[in-house]
Amino acid sequence: MSVTLTDAQLVARCRAGDQAAWNQLVERFSRYVYAICVQAFRLPQHDAEDVFQEVFARVYQHLERLRSDEAIRPWIAQLTRRLCIDRLRAAAREGPALEEDVELEMAEPDDRLAQLDEAISVREGLESLGENCQDILDRFFCRDESYNTIGGALGLPAGTIASRISRCLAKLRDFFGEEGRNPAA
Amino acid sequence: MTYDEEQLALRLRMLPPAPEGWVRAAQELPLAMKGLDEIVRRAEEDSAFRARLVADLEQALRSEGYEPDPVLVEALRLRLAD
Repeated sequence: MSVTLTDAQLVARCRAGDQAAWNQLVERFSRYVYAICVQAFRLPQHDAEDVFQEVFARVYQHLERLRSDEAIRPWIAQLTRRLCIDRLRAAAREGPALEEDVELEMAEPDDRLAQLDEAISVREGLESLGENCQDILDRFFCRDESYNTIGGALGLPAGTIASRISRCLAKLRDFFGEEGRNPAA
Repeated sequence: MTYDEEQLALRLRMLPPAPEGWVRAAQELPLAMKGLDEIVRRAEEDSAFRARLVADLEQALRSEGYEPDPVLVEALRLRLAD
């Protein structure tokens, strides 16, 4: 599916049983859910995987209950947050020695969650740039690939990658600036 | 509030991809859920099968050739309790 659907359109299609739309919904929010688990709540990888799968299972099962299709993102964030806290509480019950650590993990995430909200808004802006810019910025900033790796994968001279990254970032800045978009909104 | 390139780069770095296997498993959920519907339907029609499920869900699923994925097992447990 090459067309970028809004969150609401995506939810409506998922509810109608469109598998391609579900794939896209998972793709769109997978990084966000993953980041909440491992960055905001610092869950170990195996716990993060359980929460990740549980989040999407519940989203799939309860799409009908979503009051506003536009609200999918805050709903997913809230669900992920709740499941992470449940997981940390369960870990605390199993090992009293970890209790202080768990309290710390649960007390800290608000700032990080706000930052992740901004990050996913920026990522949505990325979708407006065209596939080349999306790919280059994703490979460099999100996948931590080198200029050589990016150049090899995209068939571009490695020496041109830095300038392309710079141009794409400027486009992204303009996207938010010109349209008056605020990634934090 | 506007963002300069450095701030945008910082935010892009905050969202690395989730492991591919996790994403694939989540994308396959609708298929898995259809399998779940089939199990629930069988349990409704076959009381012996339902009794086996209630007694030991994971084992009953394995013996029927289903992979007892934790998320599906929990979903099935909730469905059977309805």
